Amino acid sequence: MSAPVALPGEPAVDRDLAAAHGLTADEYERIERALGRTPTYTELGVFSVMWSEHCSYKSSRRHLRMMPTRGARVVQGPGENAGAIDVGDGWLAVFKIESHNHPSFVEPYQGAATGVGGILRDIFTMGARPIASMDSLKFGSFDHPRTRYLLSGVVGGIGGYGNCVGVPTVAGETMFDAAYNGNILVNAFCLGLVRRGELLSARASGVGNPVLYVGSATGRDGIHGASLLASAEFDASSEAKRPTVQVGDPFTEKLLIEACLEAAKTGAIVAIQDMGAAGLTSSSSEMAGRGQLGIELDLDRVPLREPGLTPYEILLSESQERMLIVAERGRVPQLERIFAKWDLHAVEIGTITDDRRWRVRSGGKLVADIPVAALTDDAPEYDRPAKAPSKPARMMNRATHKIPSPRQALRGLLASPNVASKRWIFRQYDSIVQSNTVLGPGSDAAVLRIKGTQRGLALAVDSNPRACAIDPYLGAIATVCEAAVNVAAAGARPVGITNCLNYGNPEREEIMWQFVRGVEGIRDAALAFDAPVVSGNVSFYNETEGRAIPPTPTIAIVGVLEDCHRRVPQFFSHADDAILVVRSGRPGFASSEYAALFGSDDAELAPIDLRRERALVDTLVDGAQRGLIRSCHDVSDGGLAVAVAEACFNLEGLLGAELTLSPGFDSAIDLFGEGRSTVVVSAPAENAPGLTEIFRGAGLEITAIGRVTGTARLRIGSVIDEDLRELQEIYERALPERIGDR
Amino acid sequence: MKWGVVTFPGSLDDRDTLYALRDVMGQDAVPLWHKDEALGGADCVVLPGGFSYGDYLRCGAIARFSPIMKSIARFAADGGLVMGICNGFQILCEAHLLPGALTRNRSLSFICERVTLRVENSNTPFTRAARAGELWRIPIKHGEGLYVAPDDELRNMEERGQVILRYVASDGRESEAANLNGSTRAVAGVANERFNVFGLMPHPEHAVEPMLGGVDGRRIFESIIESAR
Repeated sequence: MSAPVALPGEPAVDRDLAAAHGLTADEYERIERALGRTPTYTELGVFSVMWSEHCSYKSSRRHLRMMPTRGARVVQGPGENAGAIDVGDGWLAVFKIESHNHPSFVEPYQGAATGVGGILRDIFTMGARPIASMDSLKFGSFDHPRTRYLLSGVVGGIGGYGNCVGVPTVAGETMFDAAYNGNILVNAFCLGLVRRGELLSARASGVGNPVLYVGSATGRDGIHGASLLASAEFDASSEAKRPTVQVGDPFTEKLLIEACLEAAKTGAIVAIQDMGAAGLTSSSSEMAGRGQLGIELDLDRVPLREPGLTPYEILLSESQERMLIVAERGRVPQLERIFAKWDLHAVEIGTITDDRRWRVRSGGKLVADIPVAALTDDAPEYDRPAKAPSKPARMMNRATHKIPSPRQALRGLLASPNVASKRWIFRQYDSIVQSNTVLGPGSDAAVLRIKGTQRGLALAVDSNPRACAIDPYLGAIATVCEAAVNVAAAGARPVGITNCLNYGNPEREEIMWQFVRGVEGIRDAALAFDAPVVSGNVSFYNETEGRAIPPTPTIAIVGVLEDCHRRVPQFFSHADDAILVVRSGRPGFASSEYAALFGSDDAELAPIDLRRERALVDTLVDGAQRGLIRSCHDVSDGGLAVAVAEACFNLEGLLGAELTLSPGFDSAIDLFGEGRSTVVVSAPAENAPGLTEIFRGAGLEITAIGRVTGTARLRIGSVIDEDLRELQEIYERALPERIGDR
Repeated sequence: MKWGVVTFPGSLDDRDTLYALRDVMGQDAVPLWHKDEALGGADCVVLPGGFSYGDYLRCGAIARFSPIMKSIARFAADGGLVMGICNGFQILCEAHLLPGALTRNRSLSFICERVTLRVENSNTPFTRAARAGELWRIPIKHGEGLYVAPDDELRNMEERGQVILRYVASDGRESEAANLNGSTRAVAGVANERFNVFGLMPHPEHAVEPMLGGVDGRRIFESIIESAR
């Protein structure tokens, strides 16, 4: 076969052009070796996206192998579009979290919207109906002029897309810190359900099988989104990268969901993959690669939004709402009918071959001819140097302020955007469509029932960059613990993890060190909770002008409730119930919101005993299943006093709480410190002895600290006596006031 | 009786409405497809929530031209019961089967919240299971639910009892703060002059199960079942 041809008007390919595509000199030589010749311009573009950090995981791959990915419930681990866990009664939960950080910083509405769209497609390509979304968001401080714009845009984009496709956004987390002024984080999670045995794959098979392009037509948007935008640091020119951000069309996505799920039922789909990052190129080469096969594409058949797109543009376009399907031979008409019913394109554009080559034609000419493995398995993999910095980076302003009174501290914390109610955000999301949302946003974990069963799923997403900045290993463990405890607080057993690893530039050794320590932390915690990591995403180059974000591994955990009726809400619900605190260790001020607001000398994270963390999770689930616990709320930002106040903010009617200050619960650290896993539990007074017994039996500290009252006051010893209506007003108004939406 | 629930491209709560009717209320309900004209022998046709055609031009503006809308207009003219929920309400207004129009919320943002509704007229096929003044907790979720109608028309509608549901505070009193989307006169649901076509922004199909936060939405479905007897 003859070599592919250069097309008229294409630039000459050399090392400089490769460098402009983000490829190093070594990588360029490697391409020439793989081909045995100089690549064409089209091929160079293809290599540059497939070998980008975003697509190839070249800096992270070797480290990700240490993650525990197997388990009795795991049906699909990493390597497909998303992971799948058996959650019982014949159902598989398919889930994944993914970053869309750089696009959201450059164009917040479309960046966030297409982040949601992309993660949805990763789920329904697996044959699963998406039933819930969550988001983890990091913005700069409210002092920064772009923060309000970015916040409004991102929230608008998530809502605009998610609401329009009919997938509820049921939980999330949002943090504001100056460390993200120049690089916000938008991590989008989606979970879907599919019957066992109906999971689809992205592994091509069957030489001669047709390749079908379905969904939207291809345009010029998003070209080099994966390489130049996602795999490079920001600088002053980043605004100019706006054309690399894709534009979302949720209406088409909704049609695509219905059409793909209907098509999945026919059994005519052999393999299917989203045309996400690196679009047609990655979906075609990766499906062929997984099947150890080849693929041939004819670009003349690709539906285009406008005439005149070059092969380079078609192959690199990241236009949204497109899928590539390998179909059973002879069954294309059946699939075409389904897509036509939903008014979508379905066009045969290629064939599966047996020669393990990725071959592309345009205008009757061969324009690319590359060994599939060169684009996928044989992409570069680096063992980049990793070295701990001499001094750990810290996020917090340690200027010592005047030490506040407990009353001032509580009010200050409730008014902090990191603690305050996120209602302004989540009320903009449809959280109830699909009729499964038992506990929605504003809870430690969302709970969804699985229709037709007694079962429920609990979902939580967490991150703890302040702890990770002090110690990236312990911080990652603490993050997994918090997510696991959030899920367990609702009464669910954690069964699977997906993670989104947000770090700076991996070519810097201290960043690589943060990353490796983070992965080690997640590994150790995942093993301790017996919750395998089944999917995830790495986002490097979160830097602007040399300043990296703090290490921010985002952890989402899925838990199973055997009986959804036994779910535990976080709000107090009955006056005279006992209030108990269970904790795995004493809190501290290091990495706390208190320290961020008022300063602290506490600089070290206490070690974490993972056996105790596991015992806490197991015992919470046990207590919930036995119906001993009426409410359970995780103590996080703001510490114990804030958690108790939040537990009083029951939307069905405010309740109050009266706490006595016993030794061990009487200092500012006890009231406002954070750190080890701690939960506030309420239970009928007669259950308190039983609860005390099971938690003590598990080696955990449990202390009765007070009772729920029918009057809306929060009393803590003699140091706090507040009207809860006022506290709730502070808590609810803080965010709208900062945003200027009164 | 038999229910028909229409699916337009971009309908979202069609499945939830079918679930509420069939699995929760034990009703006979069939899905209807926008490209068809047949109404499947339904006694009551429900236009569900969602973003039909992406709502890209104006909410409901394209859906009203669907083939099935011709049949629904005839069905309504013959006295058949039609209910439009959220996007369905918008479509019925666009199709002039209901008076008024729905525009962007006062806040200009989407709002998903459980709200309190007051039954203003219980002498209709859609509310006859209720007492006048009964309070319901039912969720809203929309970006364009601010109801508007010309002053004189709205006055006439009020006099005729066509304003069936109003947003109120949890104690039943009218309040600016409780009117989350800023609707004129806090209107949440209206009927046509014949009282056989009804549109409302709140989602009764999302208030039929205790586990999901309440059952007040059943009152509307129960009323329709009574009426169809």
